[in-house]
Amino acid sequence: MPIIEVENLVKKFGHFVANDHLTFSVDEGEIYGFLGANGAGKTTAMKILCGLSSPTSGKVKVAGYDVYRQSEMIKKRIGYMSQRFSLFDDLSVWENFQFFGGIYGLTAAQIRQRTTELLGRLGLEGEKKQLLGSLPLGWKQKLAFSVAIIHKPSIVFLDEPTGGVDPITRRQFWEIIYETASQGITVFVTTHYMDEAEYCQRVSIMADGRIVALDTPSNLKAQYQVNNIEEVFLRIARN
Amino acid sequence: MKGFIIKEFYHIFRDVRSMLVLFGMPVIQVLLFGFALSTEVKNAPVAIIDHSNDQVTRAITTKLLSSGFFILSDQVPGEAHMEEVFRHGRVKEIIVFESDFAKKLEKDKQAGIQVIADASDPNTANLLVNYTSGIIYDYQQEYLKGFTIPVTVSAQSQMMYNPDLKSVFMFVPGVITILLMLITAMMTSISIAREKEMGTMEILLVSPMRPIQVIAGKVLPYVVLAFANALTILLLSYFVLGMPVKGSLVLLLAESMLFIIMALSLGIFISTVSKSQQMAMMLSMFALMLPTILLSGFIFPIENMPVPLQVISNVMPPRWFIIIVKSIMIKGLGFQYIWKETLIIAGMALFFIALSIKKFKIRLE
Repeated sequence: MPIIEVENLVKKFGHFVANDHLTFSVDEGEIYGFLGANGAGKTTAMKILCGLSSPTSGKVKVAGYDVYRQSEMIKKRIGYMSQRFSLFDDLSVWENFQFFGGIYGLTAAQIRQRTTELLGRLGLEGEKKQLLGSLPLGWKQKLAFSVAIIHKPSIVFLDEPTGGVDPITRRQFWEIIYETASQGITVFVTTHYMDEAEYCQRVSIMADGRIVALDTPSNLKAQYQVNNIEEVFLRIARN
Repeated sequence: MKGFIIKEFYHIFRDVRSMLVLFGMPVIQVLLFGFALSTEVKNAPVAIIDHSNDQVTRAITTKLLSSGFFILSDQVPGEAHMEEVFRHGRVKEIIVFESDFAKKLEKDKQAGIQVIADASDPNTANLLVNYTSGIIYDYQQEYLKGFTIPVTVSAQSQMMYNPDLKSVFMFVPGVITILLMLITAMMTSISIAREKEMGTMEILLVSPMRPIQVIAGKVLPYVVLAFANALTILLLSYFVLGMPVKGSLVLLLAESMLFIIMALSLGIFISTVSKSQQMAMMLSMFALMLPTILLSGFIFPIENMPVPLQVISNVMPPRWFIIIVKSIMIKGLGFQYIWKETLIIAGMALFFIALSIKKFKIRLE
């Protein structure tokens, strides 16, 4: 059962067509890689899916809700983590969890329980009282991801979550993503690391506002007769 | 919403710079304007050349020196040395009594006093000469009491509302205005711009919170702090500087609240057009601070400005608020005298709120 359904999505800014008749769907619990060069229209599409921007035309349903009329409902069911690190540096780990939990309408007891659970998974219970600004970037990214799923959303959108992070932390990050997906949370992720694209169950590649390829990583490699997704990406980007 | 406000207070209390701006600034400004930048003249050094040295000139001299405005400086040997004394800047004013002063006064009913002031500082010179003639006039009145001769009527100027020409009266309304403007508009625009810069604004907008809630959560703490600041300034000026509040305190606070809301909406508007904290800071500094100080009538009287600047000063919200504060604090006027200014500020607040909402929607697209 698809949790994201997009049919002929068009988004225009004046005469510029940022998204040109996108059609794709994402299944519940799937890890979906949304790839494309800079300026291909990924961010625009992602903003529409998050209810931050409305499409010019086309049908878009997220978590069963229509983006035109029910963006408020969508916002309650999704989590979002941006490419820029986005928790508050001058609040402690605990205060950040408390604040974002509160925003999503969690009760104090729920927040306490989720925070213990999420921090326990990261092994960061000891850092609860530390100011976020004093922690290394890799930890912050993991914490930002935990905050994005504090309210157990149906879908979590990750916009280049591993930018600027070392390979070990990236690997750990993907382990957390797998664990999250296994709990039934759909993961919609954009990335510029093509080795990460291999971890996704399906990927789509955008160029000039259109989706040019959409399949499992192994099918795409077979189709383009190359060894890795990076080659697929370069072939598409060069055309 | 509650979490929002708590979070915002954490931001403020954990940032040394914010704390300084919020709490250091009001105290320093009030005291600075109240004491250091005072335009009153106290203890100005004067020299007296007395060619007659009789009981009348001595009485006038005593009266002058006991007024508190003057202190006797060096003795000046004679008129020939006057310029030299001025050039050294040792005295601000020299008073010369002509010879046979008392005799002439008795016989001719008039005698001459020459007052020479150092006008390289024209304001001070003006004040000193005014003080001197005032004191001499005073003496003349006393002196005439002993006679039954009809007294010649002369024009008498009177300083309404501020008979002592206390500069505190002029500065406090201006300082309150500047600080409220600065704290609310600048601090809110910077704090919203910071969320945009850090990327946290995006997260907040993706959340189920409505944009209006996000903004309200950000600005409410500043309303509270700005109001606390207004109170601090009033208390300081009342107890430390002896500034009266002749009108209704409730009305004054209500008007301050309105002005705070206006400044907030201006701050929100600035943040919607600026991308970074720096830009928000620059915009608030140049678009708010300088005009507030220069064009609001705080330091330079609006009537003396060239016509184009007078027109521009009309759109400066502080201009109207200063009038309100002066009317309530110094003149003790009620609402019926300031409803026009109140309406203007309320109109400006609505204007900026509408503009911000429009801007905000466009940005989300």
